[in-house]
Amino acid sequence: MKKIKKIKKEKTQILEGSRAIALTINNISPDVVSAYPITPQTHIVEDLAKIKANGEAQYEYVRAESEFAAASIVLGSSAAGSRVYSATSSQGLLLMTEVIYNISGMRLPVVMTLANRAISAPISIWNDQQDAMAIKDAGWIMFFAENNQEAVEQHILAYKIAEKIKIPVMVNVDGFILTHCYEEVKIYEQKIINKFLPKYKAKSGEFLNTKNPITMGAFMSPQHYQKSREDLYKDFQKAIKEIDQEYFLMHKILGNKIEKNNNSWFEYYGPKNAKTVIVAMGSTIGTIKSLAKKEKDVAVLKIKTYRPFPHQEIKKILKNCQNIAVVEKAVNFGTFGSLYLDINISKEKQTIKNFIGGLGGKDIGEKDIKKIIKDFKKYKKLNFI
Amino acid sequence: MKKEIKKISSGHNACAGCGQLSAVQSVMRALDKDTIIANATGCLEVTTTPYPQSAWSLPWIHSLFENPAAVATGILAALKKQKNQKTKVVVMAGDGGTFDIGMGVISGMWERKENILYICYDTESYSNTGFQASGATPYGASTSTSPKGNQEKCQIKKSCDLINKTGNHLQKKDMIRIALAHDVPYVAQTTAGYPNDIYNKVKKALEIKGPAYIQILAPCIPGWGIKTDEAVEVGKLANQSNFYPLLEYLNGELISGGLNSEETAEKHKETYIKKQGRFK
Ligand SMILES: Cc1ncc(C[n+]2csc(CCOP(=O)(O)OP(=O)(O)O)c2C)c(N)n1
Ligand code: SF4
Ligand SMILES: [Mg+2]
Repeated sequence: MKKIKKIKKEKTQILEGSRAIALTINNISPDVVSAYPITPQTHIVEDLAKIKANGEAQYEYVRAESEFAAASIVLGSSAAGSRVYSATSSQGLLLMTEVIYNISGMRLPVVMTLANRAISAPISIWNDQQDAMAIKDAGWIMFFAENNQEAVEQHILAYKIAEKIKIPVMVNVDGFILTHCYEEVKIYEQKIINKFLPKYKAKSGEFLNTKNPITMGAFMSPQHYQKSREDLYKDFQKAIKEIDQEYFLMHKILGNKIEKNNNSWFEYYGPKNAKTVIVAMGSTIGTIKSLAKKEKDVAVLKIKTYRPFPHQEIKKILKNCQNIAVVEKAVNFGTFGSLYLDINISKEKQTIKNFIGGLGGKDIGEKDIKKIIKDFKKYKKLNFI
Repeated sequence: MKKEIKKISSGHNACAGCGQLSAVQSVMRALDKDTIIANATGCLEVTTTPYPQSAWSLPWIHSLFENPAAVATGILAALKKQKNQKTKVVVMAGDGGTFDIGMGVISGMWERKENILYICYDTESYSNTGFQASGATPYGASTSTSPKGNQEKCQIKKSCDLINKTGNHLQKKDMIRIALAHDVPYVAQTTAGYPNDIYNKVKKALEIKGPAYIQILAPCIPGWGIKTDEAVEVGKLANQSNFYPLLEYLNGELISGGLNSEETAEKHKETYIKKQGRFK
């Protein structure tokens, strides 16, 4: 492997999460940005519009009349060879759904931020992850960020992966908790990002171009149709390893040290053979970690790559625990939580229980987690906390 | 003379005599090779792209039923970023995709004044899914979701009055006026009965800066209950009878076409209606 020259360390700044994401997107240098406002994603698109208005951006900014249009616009640009970006939340994502499936089926390298928010009815603007769960199997790679630093890095990784394997990527950030929170963030400059993520150039014969005309979105017979779905499925499985390789390469180039048991898929935090492991995604991890630190025999498993789900790798890391508590901010009516169902595939003899909480912004506090650990035996298979 | 390069082949699976496909041939004659097409779901898309074949030799994309206007916007943004101001972007959609389900997205495209030519092939119904009524279906047409009842089969006397004798009870939506209300600089209407008029209008639309809208009446063989050799004739009659006059607006002003004389219209009305199963 080529030796990577040492680069100067980036300084940290105190920034709002949305601003950190917008600045990173600008440094990633997309060709086309299109989005539609919805709380709590709004600050991201407003910032991107402002950056453009101030003449500090190279991208085309298209003001769309709905999320459905915004998704269709970036689809069109991506099909015409552009690097694209969009962002949404909750109802906006649901309105996009048809396009979301279309983008992955057409193998377009679209990257989008989902500022996670509850779904109506009843209407709520506050955070949970039910929006992401509504499209979790739509053919997009799904990252979940614990904090804004991680969100920034996952966006850079997202473009690299999307463009390399032609699968769209969604970066999930908890609405308000991350998007509106001011914290210390390192913003990587374009020059450094470029070392990992080169300028995008769509391959001739793979995008709409009058010099080499192609037909995209043709009508497929059952045989061809199933083959194309099968191909996408297989590429998702292959992506598990590719995401991880790119993750380590990225951090090497960005000059970050990665701890043991931390990779692109998950972070295992706590004693090696802990009796109880609490599994969760997103910003709640902060709360869970700070509680776990004070407990004996408790570890935290933070899922970062939710699709494709790294079942084998998670099976290994959970092997020696006795109790698994899956805490998630989404409910599936009529069955268990989505994260629980995936973890359940990776478990062996351990006892596993599902804890649904934080819906519509309801707080998950350290005391809730403490209770889960203390009363684990008394809980039912699925519990609302 | 330069040999004309075929931009759509005749190797498609449309019904014999399809008015839509014949209109498409006239449109394609007028389009430059330097054109990208965004197509809506519908008969045209389904019949021309049976994977891995394609009748299109221009770059062509089909995404969804109701979004080609936005997809075209995205393509245009990509071209703008590539500093390409030459390549034309054209949308092709049916009346269902235009009058009904795609309306909001079209309005957005026109509001942004996108330099996109939007062509609607108006079969006055959802042909692809079996001739259900759309917002473009005229009053009195029987479609599979606005069917006329069968008077003769009425058994229960009390309810015989409730039989639908009309077919479609609703008036055709005036899409031309909707386009004009958006200040679309070039708005035209024509029919599959006039291949040269289609050709000329497409040529003209491409010269105009900003959005353009051309609506082409496209007689649908099974949907309208006409014979396979009647699409052109019925297309002509639609104009002559004033059901579907040729129109051409430049910056809101009618520059060609318009209603034919009462006399001409009267002469052709009955023939136009009688020829079609949907009005029986
Ligand atoms: C969201 C959505 N709803 C319904 C359909 C089913 N559908 C496909 S084509 C079509 C009708 C197309 O009618 P039109 O736009 O008039 O085109 P035509 O087939 O008549 O040329 C319908 C209802 C769809 N593809 N997508
Ligand atoms: S159903 Fe009508 S519009 Fe569709 S291919 Fe046949 S004739 Fe053409
Ligand atoms: Mg139609």
